[in-house]
This record gives sequence, C-alpha cells and structure tokens, in this order.
Amino acid sequence: MAIAESGQSSASSPLVTQLHGWVTTVDHKRIGIMYILMSFFFMVVGGIEALLIRMQLWVPDNTLIGPDTFNQLFTMHGTTMIFFVVMPMLTGIANYLVPLMIGCRDVAFPRLNALGFWLSLFGGCILYTCYFTGDALYGLGSAPDVGWFAYAPLTSPAYARGGAVDYWILGTSVSGVGALTFAVNLVATILTMRAPGMKLNQVPLFVWMMLIDAWLILVAFPPLTAAQIMLILDRYAGAHFFDPQSGGSALLWQHLFWFFGHPEVYIMVLPAFGIISEIIPVFSRKVIFGYASMAAATAAIGLISLGVWAHHMFTVGLDDRLDAYFSAASFLIAIPTGIKVFNWTATLYGGRLQMRTPMLFALGFLSMFLIGGLTGIMLATVPVDWQVSDSYFLVAHFHYVLFGGSLFALMGGCYYWFPKATGKMLSEKLGLWHFWLLFIGFNLLFGPMHISGILGMPRRVYTYQAGQGWEFWNQVSTVGAFIMGFGILFFFINIAVSLRSGKKAGDDPWDAWTLEWATSSPPPSYNFEQILAVRSRRPLWDLKHPEDPDWKYE
Amino acid sequence: MRELRKGRFRQTCYGMMRWPLALALVACCPLLATAQSPDMFNPSSPDAAEIRELFYLVLAISAIIFLLVGGALAYFIVRFRDPPGAPRDDTEPPQIYGSQPIEIAWTLAPTLIVFVLSLVVIRSVIAMRSDPPEAGVIRVRAVGHQWWWEFEYPDYGFTTANELVIPSSEVDAEKPVYLQLESADVIHSFWIPKLAGKTDLVPGQTNRMRLQADTPGLYEGRCAEYCGTQHARMLIRVNAVEMAEFEKWIENQKRPAVVAPGVEAGRQIFMDQACANCHTIRGEPAVGKFGPDLTHLMSRETIAAGVLENNRENLSDWLADPDHAKPGSRMPNMRLSPTEVKQLVDYLMTLE
Ligand code: HEM
Ligand SMILES: [Cu+2]
Repeated sequence: MAIAESGQSSASSPLVTQLHGWVTTVDHKRIGIMYILMSFFFMVVGGIEALLIRMQLWVPDNTLIGPDTFNQLFTMHGTTMIFFVVMPMLTGIANYLVPLMIGCRDVAFPRLNALGFWLSLFGGCILYTCYFTGDALYGLGSAPDVGWFAYAPLTSPAYARGGAVDYWILGTSVSGVGALTFAVNLVATILTMRAPGMKLNQVPLFVWMMLIDAWLILVAFPPLTAAQIMLILDRYAGAHFFDPQSGGSALLWQHLFWFFGHPEVYIMVLPAFGIISEIIPVFSRKVIFGYASMAAATAAIGLISLGVWAHHMFTVGLDDRLDAYFSAASFLIAIPTGIKVFNWTATLYGGRLQMRTPMLFALGFLSMFLIGGLTGIMLATVPVDWQVSDSYFLVAHFHYVLFGGSLFALMGGCYYWFPKATGKMLSEKLGLWHFWLLFIGFNLLFGPMHISGILGMPRRVYTYQAGQGWEFWNQVSTVGAFIMGFGILFFFINIAVSLRSGKKAGDDPWDAWTLEWATSSPPPSYNFEQILAVRSRRPLWDLKHPEDPDWKYE
Repeated sequence: MRELRKGRFRQTCYGMMRWPLALALVACCPLLATAQSPDMFNPSSPDAAEIRELFYLVLAISAIIFLLVGGALAYFIVRFRDPPGAPRDDTEPPQIYGSQPIEIAWTLAPTLIVFVLSLVVIRSVIAMRSDPPEAGVIRVRAVGHQWWWEFEYPDYGFTTANELVIPSSEVDAEKPVYLQLESADVIHSFWIPKLAGKTDLVPGQTNRMRLQADTPGLYEGRCAEYCGTQHARMLIRVNAVEMAEFEKWIENQKRPAVVAPGVEAGRQIFMDQACANCHTIRGEPAVGKFGPDLTHLMSRETIAAGVLENNRENLSDWLADPDHAKPGSRMPNMRLSPTEVKQLVDYLMTLE
C-alpha cells in the first residue's frame, strides 16, 4: 500500500503536489475520472450553446442572435456534445471500470492511456481556441459554422474562408486519435488481462459491449481522419477531392463521413447498453435475462452498423437499388436492438425492483430509447425519410437516442458507480430532482420537435416566419430546455454536496455481483488486495450464495 | 419517513410511462388545427399522399410495439416494485437465466416485420422514382444558389426565380412537372412537404424529381439542407394554377422586357452600375447570371427568396441595403443615393 500510494495522495501535501499527481498519473482510475470531469465541463458549455439556440427560436423572426452566430452555435453544440461530452464520458466510465470488472491491476498500456486522455482534452481546447482568433471582441463570430458533419463543398476553401473550419478539423481529428488509443488499449486489456478463470463469455455485459465498442472505434475513426486529411489538402494544398468543379465529388465526403458517423452513433450508445445491462439486474435483484443473446446481439449490431451509412443519404439521389439495400440493412438493426430491449424488460419480470436513482435512469433510458428506436424505423423507410430527414423530426429522433438514450444511461452509470469511485453515496433526494426535471424537461423539449418537423420546419434555421403553426411547439421546446437545464444543475449540486457530506458508501453499497465491488471504495491504486477466483458471470453472487452458485447453471 | 419516500417512488413509477402517452395525446389535437402549415399530413399530390400512407403504416407498427413493450415495462415496474413500507426482505427472487423458445420467438417476430417493411419500401421507391414519359411533360430546371432559387423552363426559353409556377392537375388529367435539380455552389435541398419529399441539389450532379399539385393553390417549402448563412431564408413558393392561367403566364414570361417611358434614368443606373453584371433582363443589355433573372420581376409576389413582399417599399429597402433584410446576402450593397434608389425602383416596377 505504502509503495503504491507514495507521492500521490497524502492529505497534507500542498495543492501543487496533488495537481502534479493528477497530471502525471497513469492510473486508469484517475484517467477515467479526468475524462469524466472533462465531459462535465463541456456538457456545461454545450448546454449553454443549446439554450442559446432555443432562446433564439422562442418567437418567429427573433433578432436576439444573428444568423452567423446561430450557425456557429449549432455547429459547436453538435460537435461538442458528440466529441467532447458523450465520447469522454463513455471513455471515462469504461476506463475506470473495465480493469476493475475483469479483475486486473491496470490497462494494458497505461502510458498510452494517459496520452489518449490528453489528446482528447487537447482536441477540445483546439476546437475552442477558435473563439480567440477572430478580429471581433474575444473572437466572437469566428467559430466554425458548417454543421457538425461539415459537408463539402460548404467546407471547401471557396465557401469557408478563414480558419474556423480548420479548428473543427484539427480539434476533432486530434481527439479522434485519442479515441483510437483508448480503443486499442481496451481491446488489448479485455482480451489478455482477465482475472484467472474468467472466460470471455463470463465477463460482465458492460465489458462485452465495450469490447465491441472499441472495435467499432478502431474501424470507424480512421476513415474520418483520412477524410479530414483530404479536406485539409483541399483547403491548403490545392487538392480537389471534394470539389465537383475540378473533378472531385461532393458526395465522397458524405460517404467517408457517414462511414464514420453511423457507427459513431453505436459507439455512443453501446456503452449505454452496457451500463443498463449492469444496473437493471442489480436493482431488480435478478440475473440478466439471456446473457448469450445479449452479447451476440451486440456483436450483430456492431457488424450491421458498418453497412448502413448511406441511410443518412437517402435524399442525395443515390441509385434506387442502393436506397433499397441501405433501407433494408437499417431495418435489420432493429432485430438485435429489439432483442436487447426485450431482454432488459424480461429481466424486470419477477424481480424485486428497487427504485433508486440509478434504476430510474435505467428505466428512463429504456422508455426514451424505445421512442428513439421506433422513430429510427420510420426514418429507415426511404420515402418517409424523404419527408422528415433534415427536419426537426430528425432532431427529435437523434436526441431521443443520444440524449434520452446514451447520456441518460451514462448519467445513471455515474450514480451507480459514484460510491465506488469516491467512497461516498450521492444524495437520493437531489438525484430524484435531477432525474425528474431532466425526464420531464427532456420530453417537453424533444417531444414537440417531432411535430414541428412534420409541420415542415427544417433543422438548422436561425429563424422562421410567423403563421406556419410552429410557434407553439417551439415555445414548449424552449420551456423544456430550461427545465432540463435546471435538472443538470441538480446533478452538479448533488456531486458537490455529496463529495463534501455524502453518506459513507462501503465496498458494496448496492449488494451487487461484479468484481469491482469486491475491492474497497475508492479502490487502491493497484485495484485489488487479492483477486477472487472467477467461476461464473457473477462472482460475488457465488460468494454470497454458496448454496446456489451461478456456475451450476452456466 | 422511509415509508413516505417509498410512496413517492410508487408515484414516480406510475408517472414514468404516463408522460410519453400524455404527450402523444396532447400532440394530436393542435395537429388538426394547423392545416395552414406546410405539413406532410395534408398532402396535395399522389406522391405526398402515398408517403403519408406509408408514414401511417410505420406509425401504426411503431405504436403497437410501443404499447406492447412500454406496457410490459410499465406493468412490470408497478407489479414488481419493492413493496413500499414492507420490511426489507433479504432473500433474492427466483433467478431466470433465459429461455430459448422465448428468445427465438422474439427474434423471429421482428424479422418478419422487417421483411415485410422492406418489400413495401422497395415497391414505393420504384413507383415514386419512375422515369418521365417521353413526350408532353413540362420540365423545369431548378438550380439552387446561396440563397435563392433559379427556375428555368427550357422548353419555353425563359428563366424565373424563387416562385415556381406549375399547372395543377385537372379533374381527369394528371399534370406532373419534372424537375431537374442542380446546384450552383453548395448542397441545397428542395422540399415542398405537401407535394413531395425532399431531394437534394448536389453540385456536379443532376437529380430528378416529380412534382404534382392536385388542386390550384400556393404551396410553400424551404431549402432543407444547411447551405450557409441564410439557409433559413431560402423559401420556395410553388404556385399551382389552372392550365389556362398557366398558359397565359407562360406567354407573358416568354416576352422580353418592354422599356416603359419615363424610367430612363433608373434604367441607365441599372445598366451602368454593377446590377447588370449579376442580373439578366431579357431584351436588354443586362445578361448577368449570378443573381435572379429580373425580366418579369413584378409578376412575382415576393423578393429575396420569399422573405419580403414584393412592393415599392421593400424594393427600396432592399436596394439601399440588402444586408439589412438578409444578412450575408450575396448581393452587395451598391451604396446608392436615395434618388438613385427611387429611380431604380421606378424602373423595376415597370418589369411586369
Ligand atoms: C441541453 C440539452 C440540449 C438541447 C436544448 C439541445 C438542443 C438542440 C437543438 C435545438 C438543435 C438543433 C439545432 C438546429 O438544427 O437548428 C440541436 C442540434 C444537435 N444536438 Fe442538441 N441539444 C441538447 C443536448 C444534446 C446532446 C446531449 C447531444 C449529443 C449527445 C446533442 C447533439 C446534437 C447534435 C449532433 C446536433 C446537430 C448539430 C448540427 O446540426 O450540426 N444535443 N440540439
Ligand atoms: Cu439552400
């Protein structure tokens, strides 16, 4: 103990030493926490951007925010939320947990792990330095305004002058390299460093899903980086990859981008699936229903998600046969996703549900992901997509998946594992406020967007004309956004208050079954005094129920 | 205290599924009341109507799945919730590891749905993307610009902007118009929800789309693909008129501009200043291609892509400072004096 902790955490050491300890750390747990803190920071930034967007859309012909600023706001909001909120949060949670869950002392390449974090943070900093580069006050008015998918030729030198797009390219590609290092590390760790006796089909489902997730990152990010390098060459070296006037192709960018972009959606949502698969069983006091089909469905989703990218391109005039193929392939994803939803629901059956905050978030995830998934089927129906794509209906759909799905589950994960990471419980009362404000605000915010989309409101418009029947729905949305903003405030208050004066957690506050609960809270830097021999998927269940252990059934 | 809290938990659980349902219900009422919106639920063409039917079909399937799964979820939450107030029971409920028959069943059911849906989609995609007939169709070449629309009628030899005029289908004859979609700069998207789904205008490529209006009327739409600063103000107006009126309109548009007496001053400014470099007035020395064709400007109801009503006051404001009405507009501020503006507007108002 003394050796491992020396120079790191003695309470009397001055702030500088503490800080030095964090900055130089290669401990997967500290790196995980730093990722999560980074995500919180950008969540506030991206959230403020979103609230500004919603304020501008409060009434028709609003002049609060001009067109240029608005276009920058939604670009920065989307880019921030995806690359610097959801990605770091899932990376952080996985970084913290995977080694604990598979009973090893650290990840396979601890230094690479630290590099990954610093690259991600550096990427975020690069993106936001754009705000210090313009001529106007504090560079306001100099952020990229091309949308988070930066379609060519809007990003070509002819239409995007100045450096804004370059900040977008550099920021996202640097953090993308960070994501790659994380993925390499995770795959190596899961495949080679599991506790003695733990077979691959015995790892917790969260680990399974992170394995597929990391694999998807490895396949999806390099094409993005390649596309970004091509764009830089277009912008600065006179290449014409995406310039139709000189023989390039505007659609090439879309193919390359969505070959990354679609799997990216699953990269963001698989960790959520994993978290839910841990929370629901524990708070239902039941084993997960259909472990093997859960893992298989994840693998199927991973595979299929690589072959559906052009369903983001149904309106660009592809060949009928291509549209038909991409439509059918997209429908196909509904099958394994359905299996998962059914299995989670079935796990509740006959259980004894404990409605603690993590469970509320898990159930909130289930109901909202269900809605997002079903509107996804509508979007995969090509002719319907011709109507609703690029309208507010689409904005509603992907927020139900990314926010109601991914981010809700990740927040639920924060509640679930906070006691492990800090030794303190989060307040249930503040957690309830957080959850309900978020849940109600969320549905008020994004529910009406389905309708404004159907009523013909396109996305990415800084204003709209009166008399289209859109005002009411936009106002409901804006009210919802502020309710949700308060909800998130409660999250941060809860964390601050609980860190200060939260109840002591103990090693295993939820009476759970996976290995991370078999060590102290917070765990020592070497993770485990002694690693349990693993014989089944729920090692702690076996320990707690020697009369009826799991391995009898597997 | 503990009991109280558990009571609240119970309520929260009931509330959980009520929310989306209540929202869906609330949503339905005003939907009916907003028939003036450019919405896809009041279609006015066979294609848009078919899309609505498809939408209803997937909506119904989704609703059934939602009710089944959501219902099961809600029921399980209520039924298996740790009973409030009861002493904590430390025995665990029976552990169910899975069930092969059930899992196979709920894999096969969605597979079947997906298969049927795919066939339906393939059928309607083919139907809606059919080739135009050889002869007798009206063609329009639509070109997207930052941030306005160019509409060329190649068979009649004229070009107009922002307001598309088409014949409406008569009682017994369908009158589809075939659009040939191109872009002059970045990607745009042509979307009139009541008439058809959207189709993108991609630089370097020509897309095609069928447009038909069952009844005469004004159909509004917008650019649906983000295309830069004024994407929000790239409105489309499709005016469907009866065949006789359409023919009259065509005859008028085919004529070159007539120089009216008494506006020579304004006309001179137009030809001398940069105006003529960007705008065309047929029959005159102005042959610019960068901005909208102004030959029959006064036959249009709006200017600046549907943003401003076309009248003297708005025209004057626009010439004095295009950026005021449409910040970022590609039309430069010509720094005209008020007299010049007045003379120019006098001239423009004669372009009928
Ligand atoms: C406070 C919560 C949020 C609010 C109020 C909000 C609101 C919005 C709105 C109104 C838009 C549409 C802008 C437009 O198309 O004109 C938008 C776009 C977007 N949002 Fe959010 N959002 C929130 C959270 C999130 C989260 C958590 C994510 C990701 C996980 C996210 C991802 C995106 C993306 C990718 C876009 C598209 C940006 C683009 O069009 O380039 N948002 N958001
Ligand atoms: Cu446009």
